[in-house]
Amino acid sequence: MPWRRWLELGVIGTLAGLFSGLFGVGGGTVIVPLLILWLGYGEREATGTSLAAIAAIAAIATVTQGAYGNVDFAKGVLIGLPAVAGVVGGTALQQRVPTRTISLAFAALLVVVAIDLVVA
Amino acid sequence: MIPAAAIGLAAGLVAGLLGVGGGILFVPALVVFLDFTQIRAEATSLLAIIPVALVGAWRQRAYGNVRVRDGLVVGGLSAAGALGGVALANALPQSALRAGFAVLSLVVAAQLVRQALASPPATDAEGEPSR
Repeated sequence: MPWRRWLELGVIGTLAGLFSGLFGVGGGTVIVPLLILWLGYGEREATGTSLAAIAAIAAIATVTQGAYGNVDFAKGVLIGLPAVAGVVGGTALQQRVPTRTISLAFAALLVVVAIDLVVA
Repeated sequence: MIPAAAIGLAAGLVAGLLGVGGGILFVPALVVFLDFTQIRAEATSLLAIIPVALVGAWRQRAYGNVRVRDGLVVGGLSAAGALGGVALANALPQSALRAGFAVLSLVVAAQLVRQALASPPATDAEGEPSR
């Protein structure tokens, strides 16, 4: 792999890691558009590849947060394992139901969450 | 114990349905339903994300959608950023962290609206062929 490629992937990884560590999310919001716009990935490839990166990023960030004593390990496992089943079901359902209305409703919910976070 | 599992299942379902990450749902759910502080919710969300991303990557790989080497390089080279991000999250006041997460929620909401408006209404698929 040429050094330039290492550099590009390293920049994406660093930005995603920063984002993930700061907000407790996977970092797909950063990785997917960068892979598409910067490295010419297709959308499916970008999403699939980002998942592999996210698994590693979340593991590194979890260990770091664990060192600060912030991780509730029991709750994390209790949420994470059922979530796997949820994602599998949701992805299957996506092919069968119109997601447009659900997307708009969920966007509205996120706006409420955002207001609640700031006001509360 | 049951609420945590229910949160995981529900958040996973929505994440899979809409193609958003689990974290954007886990964090507010932990804050709202389990009274976690923002930093503790974020830290615990990171742990919950690991199995979701692993299984997702494994399934996507079967469809040939994962460039494994690139993904692992991005993940491996994220360490410095992740350490910095976690340190920053722990240094910032909770209110600033919540405000930052609120902005992120709005960005994801905007993406969802854009996607929804860009995709044709579902009824088109079953209507008369237009061409």
